[in-house]
Amino acid sequence: MDEEYDCIVLGTGLKECIISGMLSVSGKKVLHMDRNKYYGGESASITPLEDLFTKFGLPSPEETYGRTRDWNVDLIPKFLMANGQLVKLLIHTGVTRYLEFKSVEGSYVYKGNKISKVPADEKEALTSDLMGMFEKRRFKNFLVFAQDFKDDDPGSWKAVPGFDPVNTTMSTVFAHYNLDKNTIDFTGHALALYRDDDYLNKPAGDTLKRIKLYSDSLARYGKSPYLYPLYGLGELPQGFARLSAIYGGTYMLDKPIDEIVLEDGKVTGVRSGGETAKCKQVYCDPSYVPDRVQKVGQVVRAICLLDHPISNTKDALSTQIIIPQKQVNRNSDIYVSLVSYTHQVAAKGWFIAMVSTTVETDNPEAEIAPGLNLLGPVKQKFVTVSPIYKPLDDGTGNQIFISESYDATSHFETTCLDVLSIYRRGTGDDFDFSKVKHNLGDEDM
Amino acid sequence: MAQRGGAQRPSGGGQGKICQFKLVLLGESAVGKSSLVLRFVKGQFHEYQESTIGAAFLTQTVCLDDTTVKFEIWDTAGQERYHSLAPMYYRGAQAAIVVYDITNQDTFGRAKTWVKELQRQASPNIVIALAGNKADLANKRMVEYEEAQTYAEENSLLFMETSAKTAMNVNDIFLAIAKKLPKSDNNARSCWMLQVITFKTGETM
Repeated sequence: MDEEYDCIVLGTGLKECIISGMLSVSGKKVLHMDRNKYYGGESASITPLEDLFTKFGLPSPEETYGRTRDWNVDLIPKFLMANGQLVKLLIHTGVTRYLEFKSVEGSYVYKGNKISKVPADEKEALTSDLMGMFEKRRFKNFLVFAQDFKDDDPGSWKAVPGFDPVNTTMSTVFAHYNLDKNTIDFTGHALALYRDDDYLNKPAGDTLKRIKLYSDSLARYGKSPYLYPLYGLGELPQGFARLSAIYGGTYMLDKPIDEIVLEDGKVTGVRSGGETAKCKQVYCDPSYVPDRVQKVGQVVRAICLLDHPISNTKDALSTQIIIPQKQVNRNSDIYVSLVSYTHQVAAKGWFIAMVSTTVETDNPEAEIAPGLNLLGPVKQKFVTVSPIYKPLDDGTGNQIFISESYDATSHFETTCLDVLSIYRRGTGDDFDFSKVKHNLGDEDM
Repeated sequence: MAQRGGAQRPSGGGQGKICQFKLVLLGESAVGKSSLVLRFVKGQFHEYQESTIGAAFLTQTVCLDDTTVKFEIWDTAGQERYHSLAPMYYRGAQAAIVVYDITNQDTFGRAKTWVKELQRQASPNIVIALAGNKADLANKRMVEYEEAQTYAEENSLLFMETSAKTAMNVNDIFLAIAKKLPKSDNNARSCWMLQVITFKTGETM
């Protein structure tokens, strides 16, 4: 490794693997290392099952859990929006060819101690049990406006008098359609996927775009707007690492990182064991630079192994349930996600549910109780409380570009925004998708 | 569901079914993994083939009597160099070619390690072929044919010595694999992945 590279990437979490792929594709000479023996860091899917039990200090799982190699358990629960940024990145980089996805079967929202299907178009809204008849009509009118909305077409703004996407707040739009609190609640949290209510007093254009992303994603595959990769989310970093390797990136796992070497305030290399690899830039996750990040919050996540689906979801083999903050007197939403043996992440007949939220109190596990209560009997539960770190600076000074910890959102939109921002700060350019498409096309014979 | 790859080569009568299989290549760096694929897929050979960059996913079809076997061939993209091959690589592979260089005893030892790794990690029904490559360099031979053949028999592997340079046994080894692969509907990838969504590269959003 005593060589000179343009960039050294530390950690093989999803963000670092995407960045590594983009840098290699752009012609940079990349060395990508991880202190672990496996790919994925925090975004790995743990296999076999005994490794998960060991990680949490438990004895090996009993035989009822089936073949332990059939399990691939995510540590961070997320789904892909079918029309979202990550799918765009996957398609344009050709990484989709290494992956297979299934559409998540249902998307539900919690209201008054029970769960209901999230209506996302006019037809579903009219049959929804979330609203009374008059409210349904008002909601339908609102959805028509949201679906027709175009940022750059004032003609599509007319339905709301005086509307413009920047100066009109979302609460003004809700008021125009006379929507009640419950409808606003599930629109903001289950369709626009906000975690708190700050959006209400911000420009309406952003919220309307998020509602459109939800309904456009839903339109792609039908049952829900979400996709999930077979064998677990840990396949995603591996796919992007392969992209990086195909474009010349060098991979080394199981490499202890001893020091990031700086001269005159700028990075010049990375020392591992007795060797130092030279480089002009370092890209890494917060765990490699504990003194260059600050803690900005915590996320609590419970991984629950079940031998049954969740009640009232029509026995869905995969689903998402959002518990809006107000329903349970909180400031941030609770997310429940469920995947199963049909995604090759569990042994036959088994399900994996994840309950997560942003921590607000000194007793994080108690905060996710409303989500846990929806699951029914849980065979085994693993609870983690993870700090959320942000970099202290944007990296342009010392050329060390640090990603943010994975947040509590249920999908990858913020993950992609962070990646694109890091790429822009590191290279001074927006990522040029056309570079990959052309070259990869030649591979198909 | 989008079809992967592009080639369409009709089999003789047009009545036969098409089965698609994932085939992975394994072996020490510089034993000729990419060269074997290049010879098989494009009929080419480059004396100074660079370390694999840029193309690590090729497709080629082999026609048997009533079946067209389409290989989706995965090259390591160099990730084997520092023992950093991702589990994704083996995942769902129905066939593997483990390559060594007959002029280098170490690469044969390494090939045996890869076979063990496949028996541990890959699906139990995987068809494994052992290829002793660079057979054109027989005057520098360090691995005896009989030694490799005995090892292959003990481990139920297909075995051939090959030369990507002269094309010796290259098509034959792929054909032998194609014949040994189970062609029932349950096993063919294209048949059981019905509900699964794959994307075409460059699909517009």
